[in-house]
Amino acid sequence: MSATARSETDLTSARRSLGDRLGDRGLHGLTMLAAAICVVTVGLIAYKVFDQAGSAISTFGLGFLTSSQWNPVTNQFGAADFIFGTAVTTAGALIIATPLSIAIALYLTELAPRFLRTPIATLVEMLAAIPSVVIGLWGILVMGPFIQDHLGPWLHSAFGWFPLFTGSPAQVGLLSAILVLTIMVIPIISAVTREIFATCPNELKEGALALGATRWEMVRLVMLPYARNGIVGAVILGMGRAVGEAIAVTQVIGGTAGIHASLFGSGDTLASRIASQYQGATSNIQISSIAYLGAILLVIALIANVIARLIVGGVRVGGRRTRPAVPAGAPA
Amino acid sequence: MSTTAPEFSLRATGRVRRRQLVNRASLLAASLAALVAVAVLGLLIGSVIAKAASAINLDFITKDPATFGMTGGGIANALVGTGILILIAMVIAVPIGVFAGIYTSEFAKPAVSSTVRLVLDVLNGVPSIIIGIFIFGLLVVGHKQSGWSGGIALAIIMLPIIARSTQEVLALVPGTVKEAGLALGISRWRTFLAVVLPAAFGGIITATLLGVARVAGETAPLLFTSSIAANTVTTDPSQALPSIPVTIFTYSESPSPDQHAQAWAAALVLIVFVLLISIVARVFAARARRRATGR
Repeated sequence: MSATARSETDLTSARRSLGDRLGDRGLHGLTMLAAAICVVTVGLIAYKVFDQAGSAISTFGLGFLTSSQWNPVTNQFGAADFIFGTAVTTAGALIIATPLSIAIALYLTELAPRFLRTPIATLVEMLAAIPSVVIGLWGILVMGPFIQDHLGPWLHSAFGWFPLFTGSPAQVGLLSAILVLTIMVIPIISAVTREIFATCPNELKEGALALGATRWEMVRLVMLPYARNGIVGAVILGMGRAVGEAIAVTQVIGGTAGIHASLFGSGDTLASRIASQYQGATSNIQISSIAYLGAILLVIALIANVIARLIVGGVRVGGRRTRPAVPAGAPA
Repeated sequence: MSTTAPEFSLRATGRVRRRQLVNRASLLAASLAALVAVAVLGLLIGSVIAKAASAINLDFITKDPATFGMTGGGIANALVGTGILILIAMVIAVPIGVFAGIYTSEFAKPAVSSTVRLVLDVLNGVPSIIIGIFIFGLLVVGHKQSGWSGGIALAIIMLPIIARSTQEVLALVPGTVKEAGLALGISRWRTFLAVVLPAAFGGIITATLLGVARVAGETAPLLFTSSIAANTVTTDPSQALPSIPVTIFTYSESPSPDQHAQAWAAALVLIVFVLLISIVARVFAARARRRATGR
């Protein structure tokens, strides 16, 4: 494409009118400016978040990460409890969502009758379109009571010996947050995984079947190894989403600091603590500490997204999913 | 089936039988997983509809919220506020996003283009609450919350969606079409405006709709920028504007069943709006793809 562009300029530059030269330059410049705005915005976001966190960073330093104080009265703040909450809820959601998402992707690429594939894929994607505040509302008013009355007691009686399921189930808590996040990451992980499965070469799959493998063995021995890197990327992408979700988690997690093993207890994540403090911050150091939480969150999200995009992008190239080619016989 | 059984059984036994069972079990599990996902969606939408039924009526979308302690009332103020916030976001994000998408697909060198695309993907992955903190620090600190701040925060969220979708749809326009324009001696910008852009127009509409669907339900960026708002219809963006997502959020945190009912009804309004736009966007996307790749 750039080759044709260059030769075009070379051939006609002598004869082109002023207007055309201005037009070319103008369009180029205008679009470049827009792209530059996007890039600058990302830099500005990082700068401004760290700038606001500045006084908390200089006051608490890295000890902020390991301190579990959050005391607006004494102005002592730390993020340990929220890092714990974020880690537990994200890990929990990914543990549930990853196998489910892979299975959904598998169903959509291999098992579903052809006429069902697009509708079901659309429905799963619609799940991603539901605003998080609505999922949170559902989580607190419908799922919460269900966990307290049915799911929680069942888990407790079946696995009560396990530290995760000790204590009495409540409507809000880490378990609710995990389930809400699971709902939110499934569409992401399954969509990316599906794209990767779809690029798995047919010859490989047919080869496995021809050798007498069952369909499941074909999946396990051919498709999963083929898609492994891409699935890792998809899961990291889902992680970025789960880590950053503020609203739905705030609604269902209970909003108390503390580190404990039981999933029935309430907690708080980095993102949900930020969201729940929006009206309550009084002192400058508290506002700055909230921004510090944001800075931690931003670093995690940036790393996760860059890694995931690089992996998934690489898979796409490796899996020959470059731009959809122009159909050979397409009339121009 | 068993009446014409052969002398020696054709039924798999031993290892083969086990492999077949494992095969069936895992394929069944995969189908169940898909069923679970669809069921959750159904459950979510079903609950919203069922719970909203008692509170939703014409008053709900035409009246302001009831004063404290009273029942009834509606979300007219939040509907208007959300409309204005989305409008501000669109006015900012659509031109910048479309131009940035054009740059990455038409002008940038491959290395620059892929860097900008990565940056856009990263921006898309920045948690929306961070955008809230960013705009809070940039525009709200020292001033006050306003519709402008909220709209700009939403614009930042919309930006990467529009830019990436625009870029993807432009990439679908066949190179031969562009080359035909250039070969006729038409300058690049005129080729672009007269040939490429019309072919990609439907895709750009899709991109805009997807952006609107995404930001219509965003709560987190508004908490810090436009959440402490009046209970009456406000159209002045220099004031904090009420919005549907923030209304649902605050009502859901309240202990009052009456406010819960209102939250459900507001959620129904929001879901219908978001899903409708998503569906329209899909229809446009399918049409745009057909047109761009040659009818």
